[in-house]
Amino acid sequence: MLEITNLHAKVEDNEILRGIDLKVNAGEVHAIMGPNGSGKSTLAGVLAGRPIYEVTAGGVTYDGKDLLGLSPEDRAREGLFLAFQYPVEIPGVSNMYFLRSALNTVRRHRGLDELDAMDFLRMVRGKMKLLGMDESLMNRSVNEGFSGGEKKRNEIFQMAVLEPRLAILDETDSGLDIDALKVVAEGVNALRAPQRAIIVVTHYQRLLNYIVPDFVHVLYNGRIMKSGDRQLALELEQKGYGWLGIPNGTLSPAAVAGGESVLAR
Amino acid sequence: MSGATTTLSAGMLDQADAYLAGFEAVEKRWAGAPGWLRELRRGAMARFTELGFPTGKLEEWKFTSVAPIARTRFRLAEPDSGTAFQHRLEACATAGAIPAGAPRIVFLNGRYSQAQSNLGGLPQGVRVGSLAEFLKNGRAEEHLARYAAWREEAFVALNTALAEDGAFIEISRGTVLREPIYVVFCSTPSGEPAMSHPRNLILAGEASQAAIVEVYAGDAGGNYFTNAVTELAAGETAVIEHYKLQQESPEAFHVATLQVRQQRSSNFAAHYVSLGGALVRNNVNAVLDGDGAQCTLNGLYLAGGRQHVDNHTVLDHAKPHCGSREYYKGILDGRSTAVFNGGIVVRKDAQKTDAIQSNKNLLLSRDAVINTKPQLQIWADDVRCTHGATIGQLDSEALFYLRSRGIGHDEARHLLTFAFANDVLGRMKLEELRAHLERQMFARLSKSSDK
Repeated sequence: MLEITNLHAKVEDNEILRGIDLKVNAGEVHAIMGPNGSGKSTLAGVLAGRPIYEVTAGGVTYDGKDLLGLSPEDRAREGLFLAFQYPVEIPGVSNMYFLRSALNTVRRHRGLDELDAMDFLRMVRGKMKLLGMDESLMNRSVNEGFSGGEKKRNEIFQMAVLEPRLAILDETDSGLDIDALKVVAEGVNALRAPQRAIIVVTHYQRLLNYIVPDFVHVLYNGRIMKSGDRQLALELEQKGYGWLGIPNGTLSPAAVAGGESVLAR
Repeated sequence: MSGATTTLSAGMLDQADAYLAGFEAVEKRWAGAPGWLRELRRGAMARFTELGFPTGKLEEWKFTSVAPIARTRFRLAEPDSGTAFQHRLEACATAGAIPAGAPRIVFLNGRYSQAQSNLGGLPQGVRVGSLAEFLKNGRAEEHLARYAAWREEAFVALNTALAEDGAFIEISRGTVLREPIYVVFCSTPSGEPAMSHPRNLILAGEASQAAIVEVYAGDAGGNYFTNAVTELAAGETAVIEHYKLQQESPEAFHVATLQVRQQRSSNFAAHYVSLGGALVRNNVNAVLDGDGAQCTLNGLYLAGGRQHVDNHTVLDHAKPHCGSREYYKGILDGRSTAVFNGGIVVRKDAQKTDAIQSNKNLLLSRDAVINTKPQLQIWADDVRCTHGATIGQLDSEALFYLRSRGIGHDEARHLLTFAFANDVLGRMKLEELRAHLERQMFARLSKSSDK
């Protein structure tokens, strides 16, 4: 489904991705782990088409198409979804209007009828319940005044509504308490399906207790330095990143060069 | 007019005889008017001649040049035969600015049109009619030109000298109007540049309640000049909403002053939307002249191309325990320019004043310019006055967020632009008008993204 070959990307003059190779098949769940500044969020951003990144070498195909040649909206219409590490607040646009517009755009693209407000509500009700979201959130502005946990749940809720074929979760676990983490994981697991692939980007192993990955990759300094199965994540948890020769608690050269501060915006 | 001629620009002097000729024609038409009115006109004309058109040397006109008005030779607009006008009015009505069947008083090129007005079903306690008629009845002396500062403001002086008609609205004590009254000014283009000077007088009695909507509209291609003045007196505990929708022709000049006087515990709200015109200046002045009066000024201006829109407001807190809320937002595209100048005066005795002012601007292009300035004069010591101004572009992160969900680039831009204006529209209680404005905005936005 997704094939990344020798991907290089930079922000301004800082090269952050330095040759990523990764293959993701339908039905698989991949975890991408790594310390701060390793390039995890950059990889997620490049796949979703965040304009700030410039791809300098390599390529990505998605269902055989050149993913990098598509606009962010076309990637979404083709079934790619990025759950943001920092979901954006949009005052003045209701969650309901936003999500219905998004869903109808995607549905049009898939040759399906658009949903009116009533049908839409009927459709999303069950998904809100799954994620423990109050219906009143639908009439509030997108993410405005939401707690950190509500924002993350809203991301997964959007994912559940849009039913992507490739979902990328960028540090969806960060800032969540254990109860919220379980709710979010449950939402993700409900979407696991043979035709769907999921990439989970995370710093910590903890999330992987709830979303059990098929493959784990450790990213450091813009490259995948080790790949394995779930065992790899557990080992990392026990031994720390130092076990792989990654200095624990220190930032990688890419982050020092300014990568992480750009990501954090 | 010695001495004062120093403020006249060369352009003004060239055209002075056009205004004098207009004034003479007005005097002739109103030869039988009461003495006080003829005196008022003469005084105002003399004052205008002394003041001349304002120049950039005046602080209040620093960023707005009225040279294009000063150098054009305008003739007083002629009454139209009515066909073009009919078309324009229908266009307004179809676009939803004026709901079918709504009470309305209509003026064509500044003159009352009985045929186009609809004043049949007004409830008891409300009088709506042509100011010209009311002036002839004589009782106007107590109110006309008692509020607007014609001695200080050149455009108000010019209007006071040349105004022949406009809406007169009187809502008697305790009367509650359920339906808004529309006051519509349509301008139709003619061969040469025309000017009109609409003058409205709105008297809201004690404990009355009403909404009044002024609409200014004109056909494209119309090189004309509207110079309007509205005086509004709100009695004790009156609750009055005043809407103004400025949709003049893209070539038009529009200068307007709203002068409000509020008495004790009255509640006044002005909702001002400026869409059209080449050169626009809106003055909104409210004097909170009774304890506990509340005033809201809610404004939205959209400009593109080479439009220039200037909003000057003054909230004059003259008595204690009054509150004012001012929210103005601007969306500027192309090479448009805009000015916001928000004056708040708190007089010595106006203790416990609570004033909040905010002006936010969204620049959609690199070439658009906004000059925004709060102007606070506070003479009392126990008050709360806050102000804030922002200027920004569309948030690129929000744009990416919308696009990452499948919403197209242009649609995402429209959505964010619309969202920016949403709270201003949200404060308007008239749903039909709000819906009309939403349609107008979407039309404007999609037009600008086609370029």
